[in-house]
Amino acid sequence: MPLLVTVLRYLLPWQFSPTIFITFAITIALYVRGMMALGRGNDRVRFWRAFTFFLGVALSYAMLQTYVDYLSAHMFWIHRFQHLILHHIAPVLIVLAESGRVLRAGVPARVRQMRVPARIRSPIQLFFRSIQHPLMAPTLFVGLIFFWLTPSIHFTAMIDTRRYDLMNWSMLADGLLFWWLMLAPRQVQGSASVGYGTRLVILALVAIPQLLLGAYITLHDTSLYDIYAICGRAWAVDPLYDQQIGGLLTWIPAAMMSLVGILVVLHHILHDPEATTPRRRLARSVQPASSG
Amino acid sequence: MTPIPRGVARRRRAALSVAALILSAALAACAGSGPPYTLKNITGLVQPLDFHLTNQDNQVVTAGDYRHDLVLLYFGYTECPDECPTTLTTLANALRTLGPEASQVRVLFVSVDPQRDTTAVLKHYVNHFGPEFVGLRPDEAELTDLSKRYRIAYHYEKPDPYGNYEVDHSNAVFIFDRDGRARLLALSDNTALQVASDLRRLLTSG
Repeated sequence: MPLLVTVLRYLLPWQFSPTIFITFAITIALYVRGMMALGRGNDRVRFWRAFTFFLGVALSYAMLQTYVDYLSAHMFWIHRFQHLILHHIAPVLIVLAESGRVLRAGVPARVRQMRVPARIRSPIQLFFRSIQHPLMAPTLFVGLIFFWLTPSIHFTAMIDTRRYDLMNWSMLADGLLFWWLMLAPRQVQGSASVGYGTRLVILALVAIPQLLLGAYITLHDTSLYDIYAICGRAWAVDPLYDQQIGGLLTWIPAAMMSLVGILVVLHHILHDPEATTPRRRLARSVQPASSG
Repeated sequence: MTPIPRGVARRRRAALSVAALILSAALAACAGSGPPYTLKNITGLVQPLDFHLTNQDNQVVTAGDYRHDLVLLYFGYTECPDECPTTLTTLANALRTLGPEASQVRVLFVSVDPQRDTTAVLKHYVNHFGPEFVGLRPDEAELTDLSKRYRIAYHYEKPDPYGNYEVDHSNAVFIFDRDGRARLLALSDNTALQVASDLRRLLTSG
């Protein structure tokens, strides 16, 4: 019995959020429906794709709605770990799982056939096209990391529940948008597609500010984020040690994820017959050049 | 002089009243702010005062009992070796600086170690610091609720062979105005004079 209580203490939400619960429940339901709709034929969802999807979803849920949530509000390095999962690792897993195709197949036919009026659809499309612009997306990706790690902003985000939720949502949402733009095959991206060469450049460039910021935090010899001393740490630890581990998590795995991204893009280039087709011709849906 | 057409006059009057409205809003905003507080301003960031706890006289008290007082909320424990006595002494000195106005201030000392801090222990402890100090003893669930509400952490260290243990906890003093809204955060490096002058400002601003 005490074991069960301990396990539940770690697995149940520290602060239950109906928004997170409903969003995750709908996403999982759509994916499972999609898997069933795609059946066992050629279109079937491969085991590894489904596994990757559920792993990514479970990891992000664990970061937001288990005891990790408490720990990350009271230990800087766990907060950095939480954001590494929310902004880098979980989105990469979810994007690699072909989630778009499966989720779309899971949407009930009636909803899929609904016609959204242009005056609602076009502003949304314009919004997404602007934040998914090849200049805007990496700026947003790096900018959010710097924004929430600005000491004065970090303080308010950690003490105000609403800002804290906004911070975590913004990281997960931006992670999904950015990694989809970087890692999804061009055929899947349609008109919003970014060339593979451009992606390699973006992935290499976004690593640099993350390296610099991580190094700055790791090597800083005074405490940058006083909120953890003010509101108490989850357990007793030297504040600078906490900051150094947090800095290293911002520094090394972040750059590593750019490398993973570059490998995925190289894989696309080698295996995708359309990879070297100029964008104009793709848009006009001319037959891809056979030269490869 | 040619008379102004009625339509133009009406439009001018409308523009003038909009300008007046903006100006008065700007003035009101300025009157409300003044120079910044010395303590950390947390207005609008932290949830209002709300609790349901047992006080040092074994009576159940709620936030409503402290409406019309400035409330200083601090989490600690009576066997705390250094931090809690230092903070509480600073607060006591700040209240002494305030003079008679201190009667409108209450310091609520919430124990993060209810196991050892019985109400009798708490009563003996807070009496050292002055009549404005109140000891509050939560049960485990109440303490968890408070730590979620005010986003504070506490952690029990391993007991020594004699069963004595230390508790790591937050060192901030949350300050609430007379309407129960969170306004300021006093930190360990703030002096009694700084606390006193900001408390006086909160008392006069209503």
